[in-house]
Order: sequence, then C-alpha cells, then structure tokens
Amino acid sequence: MTGLRQIAFYGKGGIGKSTTSQNTLAALAEMGQKILIVGCDPKADSTRLILHAKAQDTILSLAAAAGSVEDLELEDVMKMGYRDIRCVESGGPEPGVGCAGRGVITSINFLEEEGAYEGADYVSYDVLGDVVCGGFAMPIRENKAQEIYIVMSGEMMAMYAANNISKGILKYANSGGVRLGGLVCNERQTDKEYELAESLAKKLNSKLIHFVPRDNVVQHAELRRMTVLEYAPDSKQADEYRTLARKIHENVGNGTIPTPITMDELEDLLMEHGIMKAVDESIVGKTAAECAVA
Amino acid sequence: MDLTLDEVKARNAEVITEALSVYPDKTAKKRAKHLNVYEGDKPDCGVKSNIKSVPGVMTIRGCAYAGSKGVVWGPIKDMIHISHGPVGCGQYSWAARRNYYIGVTGVDTFVTMQFTSDFQEKDIVFGGDKKLDKIVDEIQRLFPLNHGITIQSECPIGLIGDDIEAVAKKKSKEYDNKTIVPVRCEGFRGVSQSLGHHIANDAVRDWVFERGADKPALFESTPYDVAIIGDYNIGGDAWSSRILLEEMGLRVVAQWSGDGSLAELENTPKARLNILHCYRSMNYISRYMEEKFGIPWVEYNFFGPSKVAESLRTIAAHFDDHIKEGAERVIAKYQPLMDAVIAKYKPRLEGKKVMLYVGGLRPRHVIGAYEDLGMEVIGTGYEFGHNDDYQRTTHYVKDGTLIYDDVTGYEFEKFVDRLQPDLVGSGIKEKYVFQKMGVPFRQMHSWDYSGPYHGYDGFAIFARDMDMAINNPVWGLTKAPWNAGH
Repeated sequence: MTGLRQIAFYGKGGIGKSTTSQNTLAALAEMGQKILIVGCDPKADSTRLILHAKAQDTILSLAAAAGSVEDLELEDVMKMGYRDIRCVESGGPEPGVGCAGRGVITSINFLEEEGAYEGADYVSYDVLGDVVCGGFAMPIRENKAQEIYIVMSGEMMAMYAANNISKGILKYANSGGVRLGGLVCNERQTDKEYELAESLAKKLNSKLIHFVPRDNVVQHAELRRMTVLEYAPDSKQADEYRTLARKIHENVGNGTIPTPITMDELEDLLMEHGIMKAVDESIVGKTAAECAVA
Repeated sequence: MDLTLDEVKARNAEVITEALSVYPDKTAKKRAKHLNVYEGDKPDCGVKSNIKSVPGVMTIRGCAYAGSKGVVWGPIKDMIHISHGPVGCGQYSWAARRNYYIGVTGVDTFVTMQFTSDFQEKDIVFGGDKKLDKIVDEIQRLFPLNHGITIQSECPIGLIGDDIEAVAKKKSKEYDNKTIVPVRCEGFRGVSQSLGHHIANDAVRDWVFERGADKPALFESTPYDVAIIGDYNIGGDAWSSRILLEEMGLRVVAQWSGDGSLAELENTPKARLNILHCYRSMNYISRYMEEKFGIPWVEYNFFGPSKVAESLRTIAAHFDDHIKEGAERVIAKYQPLMDAVIAKYKPRLEGKKVMLYVGGLRPRHVIGAYEDLGMEVIGTGYEFGHNDDYQRTTHYVKDGTLIYDDVTGYEFEKFVDRLQPDLVGSGIKEKYVFQKMGVPFRQMHSWDYSGPYHGYDGFAIFARDMDMAINNPVWGLTKAPWNAGH
C-alpha cells in the first residue's frame, strides 16, 4: 500500500465540501488516479455526484439489517461511479438518536479490516460539518488521513470553523502525524474574500491552496447529480477543479502542523481587512431602546 | 506494650505523614484532607468526603450503576431489573450481594438472575430504544408473574441519549399500567456508588410513589405499622431484625429492599414509622416520605446487644406503652442468651484491635458489636460516606481513632502494617492482601458468606465468626522462610 494518499475534506456545514471534494476527486480520476471516497456523514450525500444517485446503501444501515458489521462483505457496500471511482458511505442514525460518531469509527474500522484501500491511489474522507466529537475526528487520527483540506469561504463562521478544525488537527498532529494540507476557499463573493482567506491560511501556518470561483455551472451539474468534470468537461470551472486536483496531487508531503488562533485574533483579522469594525465597548449588551436614550 | 492516648495520636499522625510522603505533591495535598486522627471533642471526624478519587490510586469505590442496580433496586425480588447496555456491567456484578429472599427464582422472584440488553455496536450507533421495547415484550412473555421492571442504565445509555423514559411510559401503557421504572444511573455520574443510591431513591419517588399515587392500598392499617428501610438482607439480616420488631408488637409492612417486593414499596406511605438502618443509601426517600406523607423516620443500629437494646427502646419511644413494654420484654428475653455469647467469646477476644473499611453504615454501626466483645476499633473509614456520616461516626469512635476516607489500596496496607491490628474488616478485594500479611480478616460486606449479623441471633454468629478469624490456629503456623533462622 505504499504511495496510498489518504486525504480528508473538512469544513463548516453547507460550505460546499461534498461538491468541491467530488469535483476535485473526479479531476484526479481524470489524471489516472484510482480513487476511493469514504463518506463520513449520516446524511450519506458525499458520493451523490459521482454515482448519480442519492444515498446508496450505507455500511451502517446494511450492518443493522444483517445483524452486525461483521456480517457484511465489502462488495455489499462498495459502488462504482464516474471513471471507476469507488464509493462507500458510512451512514448513521436519524437525527436525534444513537451515536453517529461511533458509526464513523465502526465504518472506518470495517473498511480497513476488509482491505477496502487495496489498489487505491487515493482514499478521501468527506466529513460532516463540525468535529463535534471523537468519532468525527477518526479520519484525522493515527494512520488515517495524512493531509486535511479545509473548505471555507470569506464568511466569519466558515473561518471560525476552519480555525476549530485546525485545533482538532493540532491535537492529533504530534501523536499521529496528520497535517493540514491547506485551505480551499469556495467563493461566496464576500468582501475581500481572497485576501482574507490568504491571511487566515498564513495565520494557521498553512496556505490557500486554491481559490475556487463561483460559477453557476456547478449548480447546473448538481441538478443532474453530476460533477462539473462530467457535465461540462470543457468549462472554465472544470479547469479550476483540475487545477485544484493538480495542486493537491503535487502537495504530497507539504502539509504543515497548524497554529490555530484565538477568537480575538480571528476578530482582529476581520478588522484588519475592514470586514468588521472595532467593537464599541459602551454599546455591548445594550438594547436598541437603551442606545436611543444614551 | 500498650501505648498511651497521646502516643497513639502521635503514632497515627506519623503514619498518615508517612503514607502521604510517597505521593506527588498535588496528590498528597488532596489525600491529606481525607485522612485524620479523630479528636474526641470534635463534632465530625475532620476529613473531607464524597469527593472524586485521585487518578492513579487504587480506590475501592463503585459506580452509580452499582449503587442503583447492585444496592437499592436489585434486591426488590418480584421485579425484573434490566442491566441496560453492554453485557459486562450486569454479568460481572451478577448476584454479587447476598440479598436473601423467599420465592421461586425464575417464576415469581428474580434477584439472582441476570437480565441484560447486551448492547451491540448497532445499538450504540442507532440507539437502543427499540431493543428495550422488545426486551419488555420478551420479559412479559417469559416471566408473566413479574410485578414490574426497572431499567438500570449503564454508561452508554447516557452518552447516546436514548429516551428510556419514553419507552417506559409507552410499555407501561401497553401492559395495563405496569410499573416500569427507568433509572438514570449511568456509571460515570458522580464520584462513587453514592449518587446511584440517590438516583435510585428518586426513581422510587417519581415512578412508584408519584405515578402510582392513585393505586388503592391493599391492607388495613394498624397503629403499629413500620417499614424497615435500608436493610438489604445480607445473609438474612433483615429477617433477624424483623422478628424482634414483631416480637415487641410492631407490624412490619415493608422491607427495603432486602427480600422486598414492589407491593411493599407501594405500601410504605401507609406506615406509621420508617425505621432506617442504612442511612447513606436510603435517607433520601425517608426524608421524602416524611415531607410528603408525614411519616417520621428514625435511625437504628442492630449490631451487638448494646446497640440492639438501645435501638429497640428508641423505636419504641415512637409508640405507646404496649410497644414500650414489648421492647423491654424482648430485651429481657434475649439478655441471658447474649450474656452466654459474651461469656463464651469475650475472654477469647478481649483487647483485640480492629480496623474497618466498609461502605454505607458499617464503618460506624458495627463498632458497638465489637465493643460488646471487649474489642476495640482503632481505625475506620467509608468508601463513599458524606459529611453527615462522619458526623454520626463521632458517636461511635474513640479519641485518637485513625480515620481514612476513600482510602487507597496503598494507604490501607500501610496503615494496617504500621498499626498491626488483630483483625481487619473490609471487602473481597482487600481480604487476601491482609491475610497474606498474616493479619486475620473478615469480609464486612458479604459477612464472608456467613451471617446474619443483625439482631440478637446475628450477634451470636458475629461473635463466633470473629473468634474463628482471630483465634484460628493457622496464624501460628505461618512462618516466612526468610525468618526460619530466628
């Protein structure tokens, strides 16, 4: 299994992780790489654009039906998609019951024990929005993903999440050797987005590996449950994903140990770029009515 | 050579310092607060208690699940107690306490059986409520004579957020308002089994008393109805207690929870007096019944003839002359028997020194029984006592007694090694350590598979057992090979 690259995409919920990762992985497949995608989200939508289908049978739903995960075979859970990309979804409980985090751990252990990674050049983990518990940190633990790519945008909360994820990576960086591969900015067209993303990457001791511009062709492709690479291979946006794929491919061994910043430093960063004004301490906690009187 | 009181105090203080000296500073500072030499005029023992054990030490404590399933609920014999979660907690605590009971096991009584939901990976990931629902159906089919079910939560239940209360309510409705009690006694809660007792008491309050408030009483009250609270009938303790109460003219309408039943729990709000043996594990529900139903409660101690007599009089003081006379009659009746026991064993045990380390009430309650035999307790401590236990302990211990709260394995060994008692009374985990040190030992949780020790009958057995341990000829036969030349 020498040369197997294990990467993971993290980022705030709704930021476009799954879209970005699937398009990028499709571009890597175009480059001749053999890809395995492991969806680590109970919603099971990490492989939809590759398979042209929503939520295939997940490891956990099949395991529950069969009795236990030991009763499953790899063939039961693995599906082939665009350019022979292999796809598995961990799945998990409905919202509000059970423990989705444990589900991720169970699924990844199953895949490793069954030799799912044999013959692959890349294993990519697509993980649910926030690292809410130890289960969702599974892919960044020892001997799992070597590089993490954080998908973010110029929005405050996306940057906040990116910083939080860096904390998770830092925690496991010394024990397990996981590294931050870089930030991927998925353009939201907020003010000074590029500069902000660059600055944050620098603060985190990382780099902005690529700035993916906004383009409606992504939505058009998504409606057809396709990646842009497949739907409009000649489009400018497809080339953007090809660029990102090439950069990731060449980024081997260049990951860094992140240096997460404090909430105050993050606010300072926003102020530096004029996104946020300095807080007037005299108005904190005052209602509109109180301010009008003052 | 006997030490003077001052010498004893100085020696005990020195032993504490010695034990603490091996710890890292932070640990020593924390543990120092749990160790003390009792000063005779103080209102408490001068130790902190009910605090989280220090990581890295060998503590003798249990968990909240142990407190609820193992202690409070487990002995209720006609209910089925599900150890809800992975199999281990129920399996390794299976029938570990000797809660004697009358009934046909597997038909209408279930104490020594183990019921587990045997959680698998999928139950953790997808939640275990459906499984619990099914288990209740299976229990109803396989054990139709059960009178109720409790759900004893193991750790994972609290982590994955299962809604066992909803399942309990739903199944109760399906089975004609059956009593089904969800208990949130996940092991990680609290610092010891003590919180488990409290949680279990609260579950009785919420799911037996408050939910069953409209159930009609099944018996005619008399002015002499009492309930035994906090006797777990270890080796038959509650039975040897009950007969004395009945002999003095009282009617025991409930036993909590040794050899107890759901009906007895339900009947207790009609008692005139709750008599409380294990204060630590059942004071909560006693206080609740006092507030809610106006039932007074009184603590008592049935270890050794002195305390039995004192307690019988204390209990009788809550009733009329008929009962007071009854108490005197009972005391007088048993006195010759007790005199005979003491005449036989005191000469063999007089002056022997004892160190104790036990659970709920015994670190103080059994002291009187030893003293009746002329023995002296020189050190004692609680696994999971609170400050109010240590206050009560001052009525029992002598000036200069070594007090150790949540003692660590190391400290206990050190103390016994330095104080050289003639007997150590503690649990199974401690037994062989001390016996290998050449110190006689009795298990004071399980009565070393003997008992009962409560009441007058119990005292005869207690005296015999202590004599067997201390005066066993085996101690004279042990000789370390490296001492052969001496």
